[in-house]
Amino acid sequence: MVKGKAFFVDLTLCTACRGCQVACKQWKDLPAEHTRNVGSHQNPQDLSSKTIRLVRFNEVKEDDKLKWLFFPEQCRHCIEPPCKYIGNMYAKDAVKQDPVTGAVVMTDNTRKLNRLESWELCPYNVPRRDEETGIWNKCDMCINRITKGMLPACVKSCPTGTMNFGDRDEMLALAKKRLAEVQKTNPDAYLADPEHVRVIYLCESAPENYHKTLVASAEQHTTILAAAPKVKNVTRRGMMKNLLGKNEQA
Amino acid sequence: MTNHWNDLKNSDCILIMGSNPAENHPISFKWVVKAQRAGAKVIHVDPRFTRTSARSDMHTALRSGTDIAVLGGMINYILNEKRYFKEYMVNYTNASFIVGEDFGFKDGLFTGFDPTTRSYDKSKWAFEMDSKGNPKQDKTLAHPRCVFQIMKEHYKRYTLDKVSSMSGVSVEDLKQLYTLYSATGTAKKAGTIMYAMGWTQHSVGVQNIRAMAMIQLLLGNMGVAGGGVNALRGECNVQGSTDYALLYHILPGYLKTPLAGQDTFEQYNKAFTPVSNDPKSANWWSNYPKYSASLIKAMYENDDPKDAYNYLPRLDSHKASEYSWLPLIDRMADGKFTGALIWGMNPACSGADSEKTRKALGELDWMVNVNLFTCETSDFWKGPGMDPKSIKTETFYLPCASAIEKEGSVSNSGRWMQWRYKAQEPQDGVLTDGHYFHELWEELVHLYNEEGGAYPEPITHLTFNNMCEEDESGKHHFSAQQTARLCNGWFTRDVEVKGKKFKKGQQVPSFAYLQDDGSTTSGNWLYCNSYTDEGNKSERHDSTQTEEQARIGLYPNWTWCWPVNRRIIYNRASCDQKGNPWNPEKAVIKWNGEKWIGDVPDGGWAPGARHPFIMLKHGMGQLFGPGRADGPLPEYYEPLECPVDTHAFSKQLHNPTAVHFEDEEKAVADERYPFVASTYRVTEHWQTGSMTRWMSWLVEAEPQMFVEISPQLAKLRGFENGEKVVVESVRGSLWAIAIVTDRIQPYKIAGKDVHMVGMPWHYGWVAPKDGGDSANLVTPNVGDPNTGIPEYKAFMVNVRKWKEGDA
Repeated sequence: MVKGKAFFVDLTLCTACRGCQVACKQWKDLPAEHTRNVGSHQNPQDLSSKTIRLVRFNEVKEDDKLKWLFFPEQCRHCIEPPCKYIGNMYAKDAVKQDPVTGAVVMTDNTRKLNRLESWELCPYNVPRRDEETGIWNKCDMCINRITKGMLPACVKSCPTGTMNFGDRDEMLALAKKRLAEVQKTNPDAYLADPEHVRVIYLCESAPENYHKTLVASAEQHTTILAAAPKVKNVTRRGMMKNLLGKNEQA
Repeated sequence: MTNHWNDLKNSDCILIMGSNPAENHPISFKWVVKAQRAGAKVIHVDPRFTRTSARSDMHTALRSGTDIAVLGGMINYILNEKRYFKEYMVNYTNASFIVGEDFGFKDGLFTGFDPTTRSYDKSKWAFEMDSKGNPKQDKTLAHPRCVFQIMKEHYKRYTLDKVSSMSGVSVEDLKQLYTLYSATGTAKKAGTIMYAMGWTQHSVGVQNIRAMAMIQLLLGNMGVAGGGVNALRGECNVQGSTDYALLYHILPGYLKTPLAGQDTFEQYNKAFTPVSNDPKSANWWSNYPKYSASLIKAMYENDDPKDAYNYLPRLDSHKASEYSWLPLIDRMADGKFTGALIWGMNPACSGADSEKTRKALGELDWMVNVNLFTCETSDFWKGPGMDPKSIKTETFYLPCASAIEKEGSVSNSGRWMQWRYKAQEPQDGVLTDGHYFHELWEELVHLYNEEGGAYPEPITHLTFNNMCEEDESGKHHFSAQQTARLCNGWFTRDVEVKGKKFKKGQQVPSFAYLQDDGSTTSGNWLYCNSYTDEGNKSERHDSTQTEEQARIGLYPNWTWCWPVNRRIIYNRASCDQKGNPWNPEKAVIKWNGEKWIGDVPDGGWAPGARHPFIMLKHGMGQLFGPGRADGPLPEYYEPLECPVDTHAFSKQLHNPTAVHFEDEEKAVADERYPFVASTYRVTEHWQTGSMTRWMSWLVEAEPQMFVEISPQLAKLRGFENGEKVVVESVRGSLWAIAIVTDRIQPYKIAGKDVHMVGMPWHYGWVAPKDGGDSANLVTPNVGDPNTGIPEYKAFMVNVRKWKEGDA
């Protein structure tokens, strides 16, 4: 059993009210970006160092029925975080993992990670580098809230029960219970990478309908692997194991 | 709401029509998804596929403005297929009442219509009375003039094919909608309706809601848990603002504004106090004189209510066409006002036809705008197309304390009066609305004392200081707590009521103790019981409840709810005539042999001793409602701007009584303006955006004015997604970013494709830069005959490519 904390994000209940997107910026004191309407309600268009949580909007047709899918995206807090293994090879203590909660936290040392693209660090293409400071940014699980017994800001703001937070075993159990409930009417529902991450999404449509990196693709892993430096103290086998998240005993 | 937010979870079928709660009432969805997870069906009927549709089990699109066709079709279906809850309908509604011989309906007009005044003589719709003065009834429902038969006759025209041809909803979808919803017409099932501005903002707004109320009565859904007619109030205190009479035709507690000719208090009370000769009718409004006297006494504590009645202003009529918003702006545009206090609103963006509204402001000599921030109204004189040098209006802007900078109550959609505490001090020199009003009154009194003037008493006799606290220097300051005490009311002298003795100054325990002789004050009888000798009940945060209450999510000790903490109104209708709940699993109240348990009942009388709809004269739910301006039964009419020049139901194209101005052109089947338009809101902005457009995180999420259009229309006009386009109507035009989306589809109306476009109305030229302007630049000055609410939801426009030089 993996200890620590986790989110369970029930996408079948999300109304894209974007309370979480704004609450995140409010708690983290992140500024608004200058946006334009480009023919979509999604805004900003992508994650950035100033937008570490983004509700993605996608219209798809399934069996000729229109679906409007909402995907509040954030760092997945991988149980074995590739960003930590890769990032720390380039810069000491760039990425830390809180031993109690499992929160993956990027530090100011990430400013030295100046030759990497997000997809080289992260199979979900989530972290973003601030162009001015050079520091990478992403969700830190609201670690200064959760260590004081408060809920992460996004979870606190959610009206529908989409966002849930707690001990990982409880969240996983909740996710599986709810999955079974949803599968009664939608047998294709699934959990996204539940064994490997601390942000478990319950989905009702194919992954690519939400976003190209809703789940980590094998291709993504290969690319990251290829980009990883050959550092002495990391064996190729160990890298592979870590990146694919097979090591559940960590 | 007849019910309340938490109660939505008790429903078996939630019909969302005329609203978009996932976006505009996001917290409501907490309860909607709870119901859905417990097996309820959620149905969304809306011109667009919205964030609400995304979460619904069924969405079907109707052309904006055709709700009565769809609802009339549902009534027809329920009657034909006998889906009504018969025991409820026969005993608790006026289905069995016999309508008088003068009533008639022919080709879209009810009897009694006077084309010169565009109004009805409602006496033609009266019930036939028996020798005791009560409506004659036929409980077998066979009499050809009983309400049941009249309804059947009226709605038999609303066939699936006709409804489909006007609304654009497919026959298949109509059948599915009617089947799903009418399945709640049994004792153990409850269906609810969540509606908002999508129903009210039409020239048939009131009748949209009447139609649904009839469906709820037919199916036995009123008074029960998970049922009711639920108007979603979006603004945190809009329920409070109507309870406290923001509108021209009412005084606090839904008392009537006095009319010219009602020269004495007695005449006034007589005119508005209904009389019933039926001993089983509670006819609660028979208490009217107690409530009106207590209100007057709350305003003028040192006067006899009979005298102080004369201080109240009179209207010539209660006609929306005379006194509501649209005629007010029309008169302002004609230069018939000298000054205006425009308080907590931004009509330069929120009123219909912004260009007319903005010009009208320029006809004033002076204007004071009280708001959190400067806005398109406070700064109208320097707006687009304005020449500041030629505008005579002297304008003042007063910044005001925000909701978190003051304490006070808000009444939410479910009628819960909830106390809010002050979180921080306002900026230096900035006061609350209450303080401004009090200072304004003090200055007026001062000026009357100094300079005299005609008829000063209505101002100088006001006992406004009853709403204040006195400081050490003897100066009075507005106090929300004192105001709440006065709204409840107190005894003005030692008195005995119903065998109980009360001292002068004691709070009145509930409205059952209010008096018509000046011995009680009450600023709003509906709120009497909210602030008693026990204290301010809206401050309560106690979640204790009984087992019965827990089953339906009822928290009687959590804040306070009008009337008398009754959480679900008309709850006597949730039981049969012996006091057994229709659905014991979700009982609202239950007779235990001695008294009612559960919610506060609609009167403590034993089961069957009184009819359940105690606020109505005859005590019965009004399937036939002879009180509205436009008829006793909802009838289909096209919006005043529409894409057709005939419709399937009658030769009467529009609501003949609608508020409008003859001299203003309307686009009817006009090829210059071929597309149906509607305006709406998004989660991220609030009203005209005068608050949210200053909040950078919200502007980031929804930065600019947009217009949503179908891919088919985009192709027709050669638009790309995200392109800047122009929306124009008979009245004006504005630019918007085109969002081309499958969520909007053309409708098949009378065999032809009709396109629809939709816009939010949150933007304005003041901020943000490049955000765009108000959608109300294109909306029409037409409105509902009962309320005057403008038809913001259905009108005609053109859309075309934007070019250099366009607005």
